[in-house]
Amino acid sequence: MRMDTPDEMLATAAAQGDRAAFAKLVGRHYDRIHGLAWRLTGSRAEAEDLAQDICAALPAKLRHWRGEARFTTWLYRVVVNAAHDLRRRQATRTRAAQGWGDWEMARQDEIVTEAAARDWLAQAMTRLSPELRDTLALVLGEELTQAEAGQVLGLSEGTIAWRMSEAKKRLRAMAKEDAT
Amino acid sequence: MTDDLDDLRRALATPPAPDPEARARALALAMENFDRLQGSTDPARSSEDRPSEAVPLNGVRRMLKSLTSRPALAATTSIAALVIGVAVILPVADLRLDQPQTAPTDLPADLPTEADQLADELATAPEPTDLGEVAKAASPPATAARAPVEGEARLRSEAVADAELSGGLVEVENAVVAAAPALADAQPQPLPDSEAFATADANPVKVTAEEPVSTFSIDVDTASWSVLRSTLNRGAMPTPDQIRIEEMVNYFPYAYPAPDVDQAFAASISVMPTPWNPGTRLVTIGIQGALPEVSDRPALNLVFLIDTSGSMEDPSKLGLLKQSLALMLAELRPEDQIAIVTYAGSAGLVLPATAASDRATILAALDQLAAGGSTAGAEGLELAYQTAEGMAGDGEVSRILLATDGDFNVGVSDPEGLEAYVAKKRETGTYLSVLGFGRGNLDDAVMQALAQNGNGQAAYIDTLSEAQKVLVDQLTGALFPIADDVKIQVEWNPATVAEYRLIGYETRALAREDFNNDAVDAGEIGAGTQVTAIYEVTAPGSEAVLNDPLRYGSATAEATGGELGFLRLRWKAPGEDSSTLIETPITGEEEATDETRFAAAIAGFGQLLQGSAYLGDWGWDEAIALAGSARGDDPFGYRVEAVNLMRLAQGLDR
Repeated sequence: MRMDTPDEMLATAAAQGDRAAFAKLVGRHYDRIHGLAWRLTGSRAEAEDLAQDICAALPAKLRHWRGEARFTTWLYRVVVNAAHDLRRRQATRTRAAQGWGDWEMARQDEIVTEAAARDWLAQAMTRLSPELRDTLALVLGEELTQAEAGQVLGLSEGTIAWRMSEAKKRLRAMAKEDAT
Repeated sequence: MTDDLDDLRRALATPPAPDPEARARALALAMENFDRLQGSTDPARSSEDRPSEAVPLNGVRRMLKSLTSRPALAATTSIAALVIGVAVILPVADLRLDQPQTAPTDLPADLPTEADQLADELATAPEPTDLGEVAKAASPPATAARAPVEGEARLRSEAVADAELSGGLVEVENAVVAAAPALADAQPQPLPDSEAFATADANPVKVTAEEPVSTFSIDVDTASWSVLRSTLNRGAMPTPDQIRIEEMVNYFPYAYPAPDVDQAFAASISVMPTPWNPGTRLVTIGIQGALPEVSDRPALNLVFLIDTSGSMEDPSKLGLLKQSLALMLAELRPEDQIAIVTYAGSAGLVLPATAASDRATILAALDQLAAGGSTAGAEGLELAYQTAEGMAGDGEVSRILLATDGDFNVGVSDPEGLEAYVAKKRETGTYLSVLGFGRGNLDDAVMQALAQNGNGQAAYIDTLSEAQKVLVDQLTGALFPIADDVKIQVEWNPATVAEYRLIGYETRALAREDFNNDAVDAGEIGAGTQVTAIYEVTAPGSEAVLNDPLRYGSATAEATGGELGFLRLRWKAPGEDSSTLIETPITGEEEATDETRFAAAIAGFGQLLQGSAYLGDWGWDEAIALAGSARGDDPFGYRVEAVNLMRLAQGLDR
């Protein structure tokens, strides 16, 4: 009996058009997608939007599923890439928005209020570079090993280890700064 | 703050619980896009009954279906219209793929140019159907000053749409364009099942001047025919992915001329007008394997590797399997040896090597097989190879017969690793054939891949008479290879053949250079078996030529005496490393026989089932008439059965 069909089998079946397998797969992993999206963006609203975009794109993405990695590794990669694109677009938008006059002022005000409301986590995270943030989200948040995180990010294990120690250093520096 | 990562870890440990509504919305959207993708590019899948363990999936499906977002989407559209009336242009590109939206053209002229670009981009970019946000923007208390802010927020959220996402959608849109628009709505919902079929797009027409050489490996599998038969007999049309034309054609025995005494096989060629296209001809290549004296056959070591996972608990699976193997036992000789390995949960040796004459012991062991547990295919396979190696003696033939209903790769992280393992074991001289049983989660793709890598045959057994055919009538052919790595290469003469098309063998294509590379694996021929390949060729100047001739191409091949092409065959004696080459010209004078006409009828049948574009007006009546007229000597009634199946398909197709 297949009490719990492995993700990889479901993904393969879904890629071949099995609707039930796909439904089960997204149902099983929505929370995971949302969770990582939150860890990467630090915002619940953004995580929600990101998760929805990923869900919408997943059927097409699954066509490229080749079963070469564990499904969760593959999925993490999809989420990380989507978050990167989001950041890139946000950067573009910010530039494009320069000179929108009152709109922009109002929006910036809002952002400031929002930022003030963010907790310590968000502050700590936003002060780290995106690379370090991604690494921390995967290693601390998703509890991946450094090797697994490396697989997701397409980096060597050594790079991940270096990033982790770098993050530690930065946090320590921040703590000092805050203390003074 | 802290100088450790622990605080961060703790903070990151519990993400906020996702909003159930957002979750449902995202999942519904995922399903909608999934269906869109299936409906537009894939035909509906066969209406398999799911095995009982899959029922919970159906529940999930029902739940998701009830969460349809149609009303919500209707609301979005009208609210968006309101917003446009208030202040800003909000191009609402609906995320649902079937409602492409166009960019608004009345953009205020004084907007910065970036805004124009932004609007263009957004018009094509999908947008999350975030009802709440739009509703806020349109709600009565919203002041004129507030609305733009919301509008901007909205634009920002549209910008969220990631680049990869739009890439995926472009793919979908293309697919929708390709499909007939009328079909999009009429497409039945794909029904869930976990069957997987090895499939590839039909071979296209090739222009001889551009690609004169066609290379492929022979294929002795017959599974596709039995699968489509079982589908038709249950009153459903097989889906195109279940159709592999070469397996349909090769299911039938053909009376091709026998090879000379010292030859492993003979190739015979016939050329006939194409039944479905008066402007083209069919070139049929028939290969007949030699049938060594049956009494001289070497002793056989057989390891039955039997899937006893829970899903095998079915009279058409384990029950039929036991009967089939008992049937086969009668054909074996006293010096042959049998062992039985089962796999389910953990793999186990049920019957150690036993002489085939000890029927009572073997039958008792077969009888005790019971289904239960999950599938540990890889472990079972290893044990089976180990057992087979222990049984092997000099000059004996060892073969593993894997009997399964599909679920083979459970527990194996990569199916390709399994194939590689089988391919490696092939070098030790142990062959692997696969017998498929039952429907529902038949993993035809894995079956085919394993048999292909294991130098064996993949057959699908749906009835006891099919077991009789595969395991009794064709026992010698199925179990005794006479030639390994048989490759066929045809070089077409551009002077006489403008275009050609290989019918079937899509999953067996080889690269041109692989033909002479003895390290490249190909199909095996068993004792006394036949393999048939059919090309449809078009002469230059024929009305049926699909491609315009090249202006600068030249075809001056008078020197070849009007030959259509040149057939090259490579094969190895079993266990040998270097191949032998056989060459035969295709003169175009070879006459058709009932055998090749029947093969053509079956190829036509397969293409009808695939909905091939090459058949023109040729339909069921013509296929039935052709097959009926070319029945020839059909002692076991296989060809009559084919005619009956065609009639059944004709009825179902209406």
